Amino acid sequence: MVDTVLQVERLTRTFDVSKPWLNRVLERDEKQFLTAVDNVSFGIERGETFALVGESGSGKSTIAKLIVGLLKPTHGTIAFDGQPMSFESGAAMRNLRRRFQMIFQDPFASLNPRWRVGEIIAEPIRTFGLASGADVSREVARLLEVVGLSATDAGKFPHEFSGGQRQRIAIARALSSKPEFIVCDEPTSALDVSVQAQILNLMRDLQDEFGLTYLLISHDLSVVRHMANRIGVLYLGRIVEVADAKRLFTDPQHPYTRMLLDAVPDLALSGRRRTPVTGEIPNPINPPTGCTFHPRCPHVMDICKREAPPQTATATGAAACHLLTEPALPE
Amino acid sequence: MNATPLLSVRDLVVEFPTRRGTLRAIDKVSFDIAEGEVLGMVGESGAGKSLIGAAIIGLLEPPGRIAGGEIRLRGERIDTLAAEPMRRIRGKRIGMVFQDPLTSLNPLYTVAEQLIETIRTHISCSEREARERAVALLDRVGIPAAARRINDYPHHFSGGMRQRVVIALALAAEPDLVIADEPTTALDVSVQAQIIDVLKEICAERGASVMLITHDMGVIAETADRVAVLYAGRLAEIGPVRDVIQNAEHPYTRGLMGSIPTLTQTETRLVQIPGSMPRLDAIPPGCAFNPRCPQVMDRCRSDRPGLVQRGGRREVSCWLYEAAEKEARHG
Repeated sequence: MVDTVLQVERLTRTFDVSKPWLNRVLERDEKQFLTAVDNVSFGIERGETFALVGESGSGKSTIAKLIVGLLKPTHGTIAFDGQPMSFESGAAMRNLRRRFQMIFQDPFASLNPRWRVGEIIAEPIRTFGLASGADVSREVARLLEVVGLSATDAGKFPHEFSGGQRQRIAIARALSSKPEFIVCDEPTSALDVSVQAQILNLMRDLQDEFGLTYLLISHDLSVVRHMANRIGVLYLGRIVEVADAKRLFTDPQHPYTRMLLDAVPDLALSGRRRTPVTGEIPNPINPPTGCTFHPRCPHVMDICKREAPPQTATATGAAACHLLTEPALPE
Repeated sequence: MNATPLLSVRDLVVEFPTRRGTLRAIDKVSFDIAEGEVLGMVGESGAGKSLIGAAIIGLLEPPGRIAGGEIRLRGERIDTLAAEPMRRIRGKRIGMVFQDPLTSLNPLYTVAEQLIETIRTHISCSEREARERAVALLDRVGIPAAARRINDYPHHFSGGMRQRVVIALALAAEPDLVIADEPTTALDVSVQAQIIDVLKEICAERGASVMLITHDMGVIAETADRVAVLYAGRLAEIGPVRDVIQNAEHPYTRGLMGSIPTLTQTETRLVQIPGSMPRLDAIPPGCAFNPRCPQVMDRCRSDRPGLVQRGGRREVSCWLYEAAEKEARHG
């Protein structure tokens, strides 16, 4: 039986990016909307790492914020462990809240500089009433050691730590409410590669130890390849392809996925030939009609300009491309 | 190989006087760049890679200063030049591309004005000739409809297009050397590949040498002929890209290469280097890497290793190879 921790259905979020009212009246402009997330559906199974990968403007961070409730969806539903998430606070929601946490990109911004590390980690423990009295500091000490810091670090302030150590503190705080599911939004993008390796290894160890489920959001395909079981590729707010990690890298179905893979610098110096990448990401306020990738697609057909392609089942997932429904696939 | 290198840096020392003593940010770094060569300069944050670039073009931010060594461009010393002759070298003989294209472009002038001014400052030609050259350059760096877009302001261009304009600007006076400091770090991966290709091709066409400063080994692998690895302001290793990437000799480079996730690997854990790079006021005696080195010996803690010549134009700063070399000589 498949045990789905998180189910996202037809999630859409638009932002009003109109000019102020007076400008609209004087310049006879209409209201403008940016669809950051457009009809996105996916499910995450218990114990797996599901990754969302995309370039800037693909809506990956907006999805993270929608899932943890920092933004409200315009349409669509998010269900955690079978229970739909409501965005009004209440006892049920509060209980649900404890079970998922988030790690942010910038460990310099996500920790309160005026709080000691011990207080930062203890806050969720107290808020959710998981321990009291001396048990709290014992739990803080244990968590600090779990993430590879020392129990005596609890008395220090965040500025006394390096970027990698701060990210460890952020992870300890995320773990303090004993969550099952953690949303990691670019957890290592602000770090140097040698420190990134430490954090990625730590995240894997913690997953094994506590049976965590991760939603990993990243622009870095090699990080995603290293961490994820399944991957969703986003382009301009839509999922263009979902597949098992291995399959996505060996047998990409969507032309955009292929282009992304080709663009990754080749550290193996294999001298592989690559298709030159063309064009840039269009303005999401006025996305192209039909398939939003069509202006950059090497296989573009007439239908791509008119109709948005449906999700078509592939070997281990799905992809949204008209080529997959056409009888003749180009090589 | 006795020809004078285009750029020769010998025992460069950059210091920052502070109230608590003088910090040595660059400590006796030596390297050459041959005519037409692309040298990659790689290191983690704080390793001093950008400072070396700034020292070469005479743009060190005070109180930082060159405290020793010499920099020669085609045999002529440039580190001791006064401000005015140095200004003529910048732009004319050494072009620059920085990470954020907006720091190189003036938002108040059109691209045409900036390009024409640069061309006419360094090359004597008429306004019309300068404009023709500018359009040809923009066209060459891949800006569509260059003749029309040249009259736009920098904010009219996307991030990738702006970086193309900056490359055009850096090459406008046909310099011998282009110093590119993290030219693609602010860009998406699909745009990064395009910019790297443009930079590489256009410099090769004009015979310009490139010093490419980056933290991204993948970019180096795709672009550079040789690579210099910096650690804590010192050169750890320098050699042809393929050798350094596939067969690193310095323990730091080995750790660094192992910590990079790749698209093809299957290992579940990344190699991790314990700890982090020391701060400038706490560089350990002996080899700066010794507290983190898996192969540390007694000698590493007290004596600083010099650059040891290895086969195939490689140099490594590590006692492991000093010993091997001596044995070979005596045995």
